[in-house]
Amino acid sequence: MFFKRKDFISLKEISAEEILYILNTAETMKIVLSQANKKAPHLRGKSVILMFYEKSTRARMSYELAAQYLSANIVDLTLAYALGEAGNLIDMGNLIDQMGADFIVIRHPMSGSARLLAEYARAGVINAGDGLNENPSQSMLDLMTIKTQKGGFEGLKVTIVGDIAHSRVTHSNIWALMKLGTEVTLTGPTTLIPDEWAEFGPRITYNAADAVRGADVIMVVKAREMENLGQYLPSMNEYRNLFKIDERLMKLAKPDAIVMHPGPISRGIELSSQVIDSPQCLSNDQIANGVAVRMALLYLLSLSDANPRERREAARV
Amino acid sequence: MRLLLKNCRLLTKKGNEIASDILIQDNVIMEISEGISEPRADVIDVKRRFVFPGLIDMHCGVCEPGYENKEDILSVSKSAVKGGYTSVCCLPDTSPVIDNKTVVDYILGRGREVSKVHIFPYGSMTKGCEGREIAEIGDMREARILAVSDGDISVQDAGLMRNILLYSRMFDIPVIALCEDTSLSRGGVMNRGSVSTLLGLGGIPREAEEVMAARNILLAKYTGARLHIPLVSTKGTVGLIRIAKSMGVRLTCDTAPRYFTLTEDSVSSFNTLAKTRPPLRTKEDVDAVVQGLADGTIDVIVTGHAPETLESKKVEFDRASFGFSAMETAFALSCAALAETGAMPLYEVIKLMAETPARLLGLEDKGELRPGADADLFVADFDETYAIDASGFASKAKYSPYDGREVKAKVILTVVGGDIVYLSE
Repeated sequence: MFFKRKDFISLKEISAEEILYILNTAETMKIVLSQANKKAPHLRGKSVILMFYEKSTRARMSYELAAQYLSANIVDLTLAYALGEAGNLIDMGNLIDQMGADFIVIRHPMSGSARLLAEYARAGVINAGDGLNENPSQSMLDLMTIKTQKGGFEGLKVTIVGDIAHSRVTHSNIWALMKLGTEVTLTGPTTLIPDEWAEFGPRITYNAADAVRGADVIMVVKAREMENLGQYLPSMNEYRNLFKIDERLMKLAKPDAIVMHPGPISRGIELSSQVIDSPQCLSNDQIANGVAVRMALLYLLSLSDANPRERREAARV
Repeated sequence: MRLLLKNCRLLTKKGNEIASDILIQDNVIMEISEGISEPRADVIDVKRRFVFPGLIDMHCGVCEPGYENKEDILSVSKSAVKGGYTSVCCLPDTSPVIDNKTVVDYILGRGREVSKVHIFPYGSMTKGCEGREIAEIGDMREARILAVSDGDISVQDAGLMRNILLYSRMFDIPVIALCEDTSLSRGGVMNRGSVSTLLGLGGIPREAEEVMAARNILLAKYTGARLHIPLVSTKGTVGLIRIAKSMGVRLTCDTAPRYFTLTEDSVSSFNTLAKTRPPLRTKEDVDAVVQGLADGTIDVIVTGHAPETLESKKVEFDRASFGFSAMETAFALSCAALAETGAMPLYEVIKLMAETPARLLGLEDKGELRPGADADLFVADFDETYAIDASGFASKAKYSPYDGREVKAKVILTVVGGDIVYLSE
């Protein structure tokens, strides 16, 4: 058994073996998903709280279905506008503990929030995105897509294109992909890639053609909506001219290269329509894998049955 | 009232050790020499321990009035005497702000009434510390402020800053201006660098401090006013100050122990206790600050005391308050990081914490031990190593990023105005 944790917070702190173990479990969950009767008993009698301090539709739906397919009870708290009053995470975690919930899935606009909650709550905590830090569960489904397509990770060349600075799932992806033995290249405008990433291993280039040459996997980062985007980027038109993934760039990548995008895609800006509609683009697979990965995570966390204090120690590593 | 301290170990201005006795009458040092006998005095044998002039803190968040839940004049003074401090300057960003003579009078009155140490308020340089209009600096000077400052807020408007500097020249007091360009630091909660990238936290780049320091230095150069840059935290700022001083700008500066003893690694696990403004930087900056202290570029060591409630720390990093209690650790940490490592001699460390601040603030009879000086002093012991224990702080903020760190320098006895105000058990 490679996975003994109370919480799932960060891919920076998790081993390659654990990541692969979760992915294998997700494969078996995919079988549940392919059945006519999509109900498995793994989480019967457990309850899952979805605590979202940011607006979300797809991630929330994906978690909710994952928990329902595994027979858990679900409470969906969307607290996007309640950061003020319901904002004290430690109190909130305590409240949920008192009500006897087993898991909290949290999305929060501040970095480190999931970890803070996990430190104080008895319930297992799954990080569904904390500030600009990480989004490890979203990253797991990207990894699952790569594994399914390429059979493994060792030696793959992965190029990540776009706003690296403001993409938490990309941060999780970078940590995981490096642990799994891939070569990671980052590309995008200089204002959106902190130089410091080079210290941690990835290669940085500001030339898209140079970045995708010989790539096995091209991951396109969803542009984040920001009020002050104009302070980072003169226009989307200029971004498109410099970094749009189109057929011309795809010719430089490996012939069997895959293109990933978490959706929704800005057609003609991030990716050309031809690339989106080609079989190389896998954004639909990513969505299906998302449910399976989240089922696997809930299931694996439910297996760590040590008492809360020991579980807390184990989570600290 | 007479007090005789027997068997003191003193450091001369050249750093030589001498053995002596010290006789205090009322609030003045009467005599420093060997073998004093004075039958009418209370005698304390300090047993060959070091006796230093009382330390003077130029940068302290006292929080009264308005934020007494964090600290107040009584608690800060209890904290001060435990740390060897006998004079404390209050930053003006309280509520109400110290921006008029009535509040100055109030602070001075409270100081006399409850404090164990001398309390010296600073006036704000802008009304309400809002960075829009010049405060009544002349009136407040009349009420005995020692300097003007906007606390931890940096005046962004260059035209206004120029006028503040010009105006201050009439009173010849230091303008203590924290340097932070908020258009560069906006959204930042820690140093911008590898750790902020690792944690996904908003960064305050070094340039935020250096750009503003450069601007303020140029304004001081052209106005001829006395500029004092507090809490120097980066290598670049140390370099700018070194150049400015060589150009003859009337410039002084200070730093706090956290900028030469801690790095951004202290916050690497989202440790909010080490969240400060300016933020903790890198090893390179720490080395440059130590170098700046050693070669005289940095004039003063302050505590940077910024007590915040523990509740304000037990939250998400973005929301956590900036600062921590530093009064009771500043002396021990400075001795450990500077004197015990050989970066600079002990008497120089003491000078940066007592004599130089006294000179800068115009406190003529403080900051040194000589006949005729104010009887503010403390006795320190260096014989035993002990671990810093924040739970025992007299300050209301009973936590510290230094909790458990081993140091040697320990304050044994503190005398303010001839009265024994602290005696360790």
